[in-house]
Amino acid sequence: MTVSKIKGINGPVVTADSEGLFVSETVRVGKMRLLGEVIALSGDDATVQVYEETGGLTLGEEVVGEGEPMSITLGPGILDNIFDGVGRPLRDLEAAEGRFIGRGSSVPSLDENKKREYTVTAKVGDRLGEGDVFATVPETPSLLHKCMVPPGVSGVVTEAVPDGEYTVRDVLVKIRAADGSIRELTAAQRWPIRKRRPVRRYLPPTEPLVTGQRVIDSLFPVAKGGTAAIPGGFGTGKTMTQHQLAKWCDADVIIYVGCGERGNEMTGVLTEFSELIDPRTKRPMTERTCLIANTSNMPVAAREASVYTGITLAEYYRDMGYDVAVMADSTSRWAEALREISGRLEEMPAEEGYPAYLPSRLAEFYERAGAAETLGGDRGSVTLIGAVSPQGSDFSEPVTQNTKRFVRCFWALDKSLAWARHYPAINWTDSYSEYRGELDPWFREHVGPRFGEYVSRIAGILASEQSLEQIVKLIGDDVLPDDQKLILLVAGTIRNGFLQQNAYHAVDTFVPLEKQMRMMETILCLYDECAAVIAKAVPVSRIAATGIFDSVSRMKYEIGNDDAAAFDAVKRKIDAAVAAAEA
Amino acid sequence: MKIYYKGAKEISGPLLVMRRIPGAAYDEVVDITDGSGGARRGRIVSLDGDHTVIEVFEGTGGMDLSGTSAALVGRPASLPLTKELLGRTMNGAGVPVDGMGEIVSSVERDINGEPINPVSRTYPQNYICTGISSIDVLMTLIRGQKLPIFSGSGMSHNELAVQIARQARITGDDGAKFCIVFAAMGIKRDVADYFRKSFEEAGVVSRTVTFLNLSSDPIVERILTPRCALTAAEYLAFEENMHVLVIMTDMTSYAEALREISSLKGEIPGRKGFPGYLYSDLASLYERAGIVKGSAGSVTQLPILTMPGDDITHPIPDLTAYITEGQIVLDRELEAAGVYPPCSALMSLSRLMKDGIGDRFTREDHAAISAQAFACCAKVAEVRSLAAVIGEDELSESDRGYLRFGREFERRFLTQRKDEARTIGESLDLLWDIVSTLPRESLNRIEDKYLDRYYRGK
Repeated sequence: MTVSKIKGINGPVVTADSEGLFVSETVRVGKMRLLGEVIALSGDDATVQVYEETGGLTLGEEVVGEGEPMSITLGPGILDNIFDGVGRPLRDLEAAEGRFIGRGSSVPSLDENKKREYTVTAKVGDRLGEGDVFATVPETPSLLHKCMVPPGVSGVVTEAVPDGEYTVRDVLVKIRAADGSIRELTAAQRWPIRKRRPVRRYLPPTEPLVTGQRVIDSLFPVAKGGTAAIPGGFGTGKTMTQHQLAKWCDADVIIYVGCGERGNEMTGVLTEFSELIDPRTKRPMTERTCLIANTSNMPVAAREASVYTGITLAEYYRDMGYDVAVMADSTSRWAEALREISGRLEEMPAEEGYPAYLPSRLAEFYERAGAAETLGGDRGSVTLIGAVSPQGSDFSEPVTQNTKRFVRCFWALDKSLAWARHYPAINWTDSYSEYRGELDPWFREHVGPRFGEYVSRIAGILASEQSLEQIVKLIGDDVLPDDQKLILLVAGTIRNGFLQQNAYHAVDTFVPLEKQMRMMETILCLYDECAAVIAKAVPVSRIAATGIFDSVSRMKYEIGNDDAAAFDAVKRKIDAAVAAAEA
Repeated sequence: MKIYYKGAKEISGPLLVMRRIPGAAYDEVVDITDGSGGARRGRIVSLDGDHTVIEVFEGTGGMDLSGTSAALVGRPASLPLTKELLGRTMNGAGVPVDGMGEIVSSVERDINGEPINPVSRTYPQNYICTGISSIDVLMTLIRGQKLPIFSGSGMSHNELAVQIARQARITGDDGAKFCIVFAAMGIKRDVADYFRKSFEEAGVVSRTVTFLNLSSDPIVERILTPRCALTAAEYLAFEENMHVLVIMTDMTSYAEALREISSLKGEIPGRKGFPGYLYSDLASLYERAGIVKGSAGSVTQLPILTMPGDDITHPIPDLTAYITEGQIVLDRELEAAGVYPPCSALMSLSRLMKDGIGDRFTREDHAAISAQAFACCAKVAEVRSLAAVIGEDELSESDRGYLRFGREFERRFLTQRKDEARTIGESLDLLWDIVSTLPRESLNRIEDKYLDRYYRGK
């Protein structure tokens, strides 16, 4: 253990003697034992960023090196739990210290005394490689936790305990490595948060992350193992969209990182998720969820670490062969934490005061997503969905621009849609998904052969509307010919009846792909039938007067999520309305 | 016995750079004596081997290098806390200025506070009835929420804040335990007087704690003002179980003071010269709102900020809105049209509203009718911009209906007298009246069961 002395203090940045410390080493600072990390060494000076408030520190207090980089403990007990940015469990912290977060506490991140029922799958004499599973334990009723040999370790099992109740500290298996050394394996392992966990190889994305949100699944799908960004000004519904995805997407594990966001909001997630039932497992949502809450008033350096803590947890569950989704809300707060610390270090700023290494940090982060063949030979994925809060809602600012370079799916939230309370306020013109082509075969096979065609036609109508709107804005819609008026009416139906989705409505909050396709089909059927009679010089106003456009819009509420037959009734309504207009 | 250290090396703005003071702690308070024997206070903002940088609360005017000395107080800036704070007036640093003597208490807390553990929070779920239709119905204020008022210079935000402070009611039986903490930062003397007079007239002085930092007062004190106010609020809410409404005005002056000090310290500026940590700093204030488990009280914040040049993308309103749970935006056009309070329905938002309204708190139809009102207002804006181009006469009948709706909405629903407190039921009924001027089939955000019950049109 290295001990050095504090030489200077400036906010969360502390300078100490560099002797014996290494870059990225975890340190304990001062009498209060504040958690910190060495971020730079220069001559005699070590620069330490401290993850807790530094008020009260004096020069000359000790800085103690812990000999390992910033790491977290991985093992059973992560799910259905809530951690701060550096992996301290907030519930245990509350029990230990009360309602306000004190300083210098060192509560272990996993409950070390809780006994769980393990099934030890490794037998004496088995050869275990890195990533191989040696025991399993139901972490929550929804998820089987697999205890894996840590990366870089392999050997022959020399001892294995029988099945039974153990804690995360108990040695379950001993293995002898090739060099003869014995390694004891427990259910928990440490991993440095800034280091990517290895895989055998990354795989191309082939399967969508089904979210039940129509505008996402149909128009701008994200793949399992993909990356997506949700940029939007305040009040456009970034957090709401993230919550919807966390609730309904078909990942096995959700890691929700509240990075520099609101305390009340995290409490809201906690309460809401414990009341929600996962439609697939019929168990509470919390059982597949881990929350990382580093609210905006918690120390800025811990905010910087929180996204890495989140992605490391995600990679760990990916290594078990699960599909994991990480929601990072918001990556801008993380970038601002980088800027703040960079400013304290008096580094030369690049754009808008952000450090020049902002793009490379963002790239490193998003590159940790992906579908992969794990070390143990399973298939798992980490999908990364980052919210971006652009300053002044200006998408040309550095964080949005640089994020755009490293994600393949961009869900641009639009203030004017939000003001009109059109949620999710995902703008269909500015958003894109590069996965659509890659996922098309999957949709064709699992949803319907014409899914892709419907999507293109819906997108086409919206695009035509966009250009017609320019004219309407100048001279009103009276002058448009009837076929163009029809485009406006159908686009209105698409917007109100398809793109807009009510998160608070029991049926509408989650819509399966099958229903999404039938909805598109119905809207297109409406368009085709109307277009046919308009060609016969039937005025579009007569069709509109039947109220069929509003009626089709309401199918999102009126048709149950697995009531495919009801669409035939809507189709008959369309037939009747068109016939009535023609008569 | 305090030891005074000599050795001032530099004085610049509110900053005093001393040679190293042995044992000095970061963020610690120091007592300063200037050359003429006057006493001042300051706090340590940066430490290294050779220098101790001190922010002087009262400013450095009149200080010299040779005569200045400083002594460590041994603790960070703190505030004595007691129920006796109610009815008192302090300066920005928490020192009483009302001539009623010192505040004595065995409880004294660091004004920086500590972050509330998210798991110890109770999710805010009950509303505060302000008696103002636009706020109660469209941007409901929830206990434990932080909801800023975004205004501009010369607009009626002060009147609105006073009206809210006077009329705010907590529904339920604990209405008596309601109090106000008022923090004035860099506001003009007559504005402070206006608040004081209004509180007196309303008879709420005995349940108001006031922290005053006027525009002529030192800027370092301005940094402390909201922290003192929130420390008092947290004590009253979480230890004395009161519902506290904290009114902080003007956050723009606060942020500008922060920028001034940051630039004097030679820090690297972020956007518009504001320090890179403006977000974290504002968050350390705004996040001190909420309800914690084990206490019956709550801290609700109503910060007021004047947007420089009415620009909502300016860093101060922008970062504020990213932290707070919504915003009430005042609209200059409405103000000019004589609408009071000029709350913009479209740009305002209360994020916590969804869980604090409905049959359990306000009325069953609240969510539906407010969603419909927002949609209608959006349509009104659209029609108005069209009418500006092609003229009102060219509009279709249904579009003209929206114009009529817009006028009625502004004249009857938004507008109310400065002493008029409407109940939530009155406000909702009024909105139904106006919405009912539109044809029923165009109200696509409201379910039939509510239309059947409340719709009054043909």
